[in-house]
Amino acid sequence: MTRSFSHEESAGYNRHTISYIRQAADCGLYDIRGMGAKRTVPSFDDLLFLTASASRYPLEGYRERCETKTVLGKRVAKNPVELEIPITIAGMSFGSLSANVKEALGRAATEMGTSTTTGDGGMTPEERESSKTLVYQCLPSRYGFNPDDLRKADAIEIVLGQGAKPGGGGMLLGQKVNARVAEMRTLPEGIDQRSACRHPDWTGPDDLRIKIEELREITDWRVPIYVKMGATRVRDDVKLAVKAGADVVVIDGMQGGTAATQQVFIEHTGIPTLAALPLAVQALEEMDACEDVQLIISGGIRSGGDVAKALALGADAVSIGQAILIALGCNHDTYLQNGQEFDATSDYEKLGTAPGYCHHCHTGLCPVGITTQDPVLEKRLTPEVGARRLRNYLQVLNMELTTLARACGKSNVHHLEKEDLVALTVEAAAMAKVPLAGTDWIPGRSST
Amino acid sequence: MDAVKQFDLAQLTVREVNQYLHHELSGSGAARVEILHPDGMHSIAAGLDADVAVDIMGHAGYFIAGMNKRASVTIHGNVGWSVAENIMSGVVRVKGHASESAAASGHGGLVVIEGNASSRCGISMKGCDIVVGGSVGHFSAFMAQAGTLLVCGDTGPNLGDSLYEAVIYVRCTMHCVGADSREEPLEAADEAEVARLLSAAGMEFSPREFKKVASARSLYHWNADVHQEY
Ligand code: SF4
Repeated sequence: MTRSFSHEESAGYNRHTISYIRQAADCGLYDIRGMGAKRTVPSFDDLLFLTASASRYPLEGYRERCETKTVLGKRVAKNPVELEIPITIAGMSFGSLSANVKEALGRAATEMGTSTTTGDGGMTPEERESSKTLVYQCLPSRYGFNPDDLRKADAIEIVLGQGAKPGGGGMLLGQKVNARVAEMRTLPEGIDQRSACRHPDWTGPDDLRIKIEELREITDWRVPIYVKMGATRVRDDVKLAVKAGADVVVIDGMQGGTAATQQVFIEHTGIPTLAALPLAVQALEEMDACEDVQLIISGGIRSGGDVAKALALGADAVSIGQAILIALGCNHDTYLQNGQEFDATSDYEKLGTAPGYCHHCHTGLCPVGITTQDPVLEKRLTPEVGARRLRNYLQVLNMELTTLARACGKSNVHHLEKEDLVALTVEAAAMAKVPLAGTDWIPGRSST
Repeated sequence: MDAVKQFDLAQLTVREVNQYLHHELSGSGAARVEILHPDGMHSIAAGLDADVAVDIMGHAGYFIAGMNKRASVTIHGNVGWSVAENIMSGVVRVKGHASESAAASGHGGLVVIEGNASSRCGISMKGCDIVVGGSVGHFSAFMAQAGTLLVCGDTGPNLGDSLYEAVIYVRCTMHCVGADSREEPLEAADEAEVARLLSAAGMEFSPREFKKVASARSLYHWNADVHQEY
């Protein structure tokens, strides 16, 4: 066979890189997009369960009960968050999502006995009304943040950063800043809105401790306080959050999604969720805080298998954002309206993309009506349809989770443990700190 | 029923006093509450939502009168960081000086600092009014969205950096203004606004002495010519 040198692509300067450089040179602007990292990173897919056989005793798949109840924020709050399942819905703003979607999230979460979370832009009446358990985010921007909504919250989440853009602030491009969004955020309608990346009223962890106390005072020490961080220097950050008084620490790995940020953030910052989780657990263990402080992990959780592996590695619960949107219809080729299915491919084409490839949340022109404030597009997803799809999805995740837990011989999903796992690759074994499959070898730990 | 209720933080915790202010004040008949020995403690009178006057009799710590609604809180001393953060309504007055981030993210109401305020005074403000009798530090009114910051003294570097629709008035020397903010002519409506704020704060200066800083609005849109692909 003859090699064709005339069509040999450069590894360093492949078509993707050439197109990136060309666009940068054409426009003088960097790429902004939605969703999370598209590159391949070690993930929960690289772990496997060692389910029961002779040495362990499985539970009957359909007959024996497997507990999924989850309690978060037991440290000092009068009313900890009590959930039926350890799968929660991550903070996503009204503004990036339509009001219909926020309502759908609340309804599905309530039906499944779990929590949903506000986002940059504040709490909408629709989501408070539809959500039995609502976590209210305290973000650097403080858009719409007010004491009345704070007192209506079932938990408060102080956001220091998120996995898609640790160290960066939020963005909402002008086409999504309609009259209602602008009013909630006290901004002029239609501007390209850039959120702060640092909180306005405190800076370091010592100040955070006092801030947490202030929020406790305002809410009469009633609700738990979460601290959410993007996964970077996880071990140090978790320790500082615990020292500052967090009841729950939320770590968002680099696969976590966003509605809009610079591509360079999404692909080049933070560490994978798989690497972050064991570091967070290690920090809690070193502080002897595992009983007092709960750990939520997020960033690329898609299946019941992912949930089970996260719990086995030491998380108390997971939080899901991007996969929730996909369950609602993100990147689907059709949408349901008035009981009829419509083809959305031409609307994807208008954005220069196709179903399966879309990351155009930042445009506000979501072909399936999820990440939009457009009055025509938002009708493509009603709260009823959204809530049904989401409830189905959460149910599947929970069934998969309990299936794996029973097969490991656990009558409670929180009894899953690291010893139930092995890794398929050396990288995953080193990050998750579990043995490479078929060996006793944990890279960096043991010499065998 | 006493019209004035007194608490001594040398004897009680901040939590006990705040519990009273949140739950027992209404219906108690107290129209004024005096808090003794604040001694740098934090979060005193945070989260009030009542028509009451609260006097804090000394120097206090961080987050004093945070998220205030309706109440009129006076601190008879200096305060630490973030006094009246996220104030919604009512009045918070500091008789002494205020440390960083005074009235950060304030949505409404009036905050008066009779002395100086440190850096980031009025950061992220969203509709409140702030009057500072002395000077403010760097990055004051950073990303301020709405409301008015009036400074009777000097301002530090980068005043009003990344300003949205908030307006700043400065009486004495302005060091540099920040990105996207600029000096604008003081018009009759501005003079009236300055006079209103000075009168509300109980300060006597001529409105004509003030300079106005507002947003140049050049950062409101990144670049509309490239179909939002940036
Ligand atoms: S389909 Fe909608 S939600 Fe999904 S990536 Fe595209 S714009 Fe975003």
